[in-house]
Amino acid sequence: MTALVEIRSVSKHFGGIQAVDRVSCNLNEGEVVGLLGHNGAGKSTLIKMVAGVFPADEGEIVVRGQKREFESPSDARAAGIETIHQTLALAENLDAPSNVFLGRELLTPWHTLDSDRMEHEALQVISRLNPNFRDMRKPVRAMSGGQRQTVAIARALYFNAKILIMDEPCAALGPGEARMVQDTIRRLKSEGIGIFLISHDMQDVFEVCDRVTVMKNGAVVDTVNVADVTEEDVLAMIILGEKRQRGA
Amino acid sequence: MRSWLEKAGFDARFTSLVLALALIWAGLAWQTGGIFLSPRNLYNLSIQTCVTAIMACGMVYLIVARQIDLSVGSQIAFTGMVIAFVQVTWLGPETPYAWLVSIAAGVGAGAVLGVFQGWWVAYRGLPAFLVTLAGYLMFRGAAFLVADGQTLAPLSTTYQRIGGGVQGSIGTTWSWILCAIACAWVIVQAIHARRSRARYNAAMAPLWADAFKALVTCAALVAFVAVMCAYPDPTSASDGGAPEGKGIGIPVLILVLVAVKLTIVARRTKFGRHVFAYGGNPEAAFLSGLPVKRVVLALFAMMGALSAIAAVITTSRLNSGTHSIGQMAELYVIAATVIGGTSFSGGVGTIPGAIVGALLIQSLDNGMVLMDVSSAQRQIYIGLILIAAVWLDVLYSRRLAK
Repeated sequence: MTALVEIRSVSKHFGGIQAVDRVSCNLNEGEVVGLLGHNGAGKSTLIKMVAGVFPADEGEIVVRGQKREFESPSDARAAGIETIHQTLALAENLDAPSNVFLGRELLTPWHTLDSDRMEHEALQVISRLNPNFRDMRKPVRAMSGGQRQTVAIARALYFNAKILIMDEPCAALGPGEARMVQDTIRRLKSEGIGIFLISHDMQDVFEVCDRVTVMKNGAVVDTVNVADVTEEDVLAMIILGEKRQRGA
Repeated sequence: MRSWLEKAGFDARFTSLVLALALIWAGLAWQTGGIFLSPRNLYNLSIQTCVTAIMACGMVYLIVARQIDLSVGSQIAFTGMVIAFVQVTWLGPETPYAWLVSIAAGVGAGAVLGVFQGWWVAYRGLPAFLVTLAGYLMFRGAAFLVADGQTLAPLSTTYQRIGGGVQGSIGTTWSWILCAIACAWVIVQAIHARRSRARYNAAMAPLWADAFKALVTCAALVAFVAVMCAYPDPTSASDGGAPEGKGIGIPVLILVLVAVKLTIVARRTKFGRHVFAYGGNPEAAFLSGLPVKRVVLALFAMMGALSAIAAVITTSRLNSGTHSIGQMAELYVIAATVIGGTSFSGGVGTIPGAIVGALLIQSLDNGMVLMDVSSAQRQIYIGLILIAAVWLDVLYSRRLAK
């Protein structure tokens, strides 16, 4: 089986700083891979290259067996990769449907925006995630953290992504809303979608991830199956930046 | 009160703007002994407003996208000189269609100025404030060079009608026909919007609110046309008969076309959606794969073209092209835009708001002239009003952020 995404020895530096140093990892269908590490470990930089925000300096990104070079975020989207950025990347002044369809608006036969259809479709996908969220016309600015997160997830899901990148999806959420996100991740996983999950919350990671890739100073420390390790093992890898001693 | 209004679909900001305008009109009418509200003055006011309002429509887009254009006054001067040069020096004013060619040349020149500024802002990352400040200086200089500082006159007689002066209006019959069409359109739009929302079971404002809005809009249209038709056209009485009413001025029709077109673009097209998204959150716009550089470039080009249209009206009214027109226009335009509810924090603004803003600021200007306020004092008042408008915007944004 070919992997959904294969990252092969990818590097990126900004000026003199090596943000990502020859990182390799992969993601299979129906799998959740956690990316862990301290702030500045290079997780966000790595996924931004996969999301098409900026190109890699070296190495290659292979999507379903095909080598890809993304010039822009829309290239990555066209390849079936959707990203939920840590900042959520929502236009605060616009309502939920406008944000869900931003850059991929539905048009009428006269090439004008089909606002009513977009509202209808957005309501469908959003209410699947969060049944209590029905007010489609209020701007993102007026929404709660959970509602914003729902809009960002809905945007990623509507277009039938095969690969999903979630950067700290639960950071700004209360416990109930975080559970909603976890349930969503499990459901997507069962539908065969591959997910890269960046998170600081170790419980979160052990709850939903199959494997974790730990990074430090831009390089991969190790990739392990969650079933084989304890939270302490992973924490030690993050802090010390050393591989776990096998059989220890 | 406020939430009740909003539930009924009334925009609090626009409503308060219209109320402020009504107050100012009442005050000016009282101070000028009614002259301000005479049909003749209101006709002139409608023409004066057009130049500012047309440019304010473009400025709404720019400020919504967190840009600014300080060079619009100089753009009027340069494009106005290009128009006059094509008509007077190059083709000769009475050559058939010379006036049309000159307008095309002017609009083209305006777009080129805009592309020049937009390229530096979008593709070279310079702040719009600085680029357009440079443009302010450069385009004024360029306007001087077109005819070496000379005034070019006279312009084509057909062209002169565009400014709303002699034969510059469409008469009473056509005014009422257009009024009827506009009212019908308002009503059809309201019904269509309700039907479309009902089809998808979307949330809807109460029926009475929509009906009331349509009614007020139609009443305003009828009142406007009635006043324009009540102004007797001085030229129509020359052959002895009773003078006919002037009707709607041609500049007003140009403004309406521009405003309708740009409102549709803002609300109903991808481009408009992208402008607002970029203004609301530039980073999100980029991450969503929007062609942000192209959008910003197009905005400046559009502003240049709109300045040229404003220049057409200005030169036509003056029946000449001089390099000194459009001075302080940038102030009036930016003031009108901000008064109309466009926010400097980006992502918020409407075309109708900007037009009412332009009407408000021109009303004050016009009224103060009638009251014999000196031009030096008028400048001070206009400046103060600009500060007041920005201050209100800051207060309003702060309340929204809470």
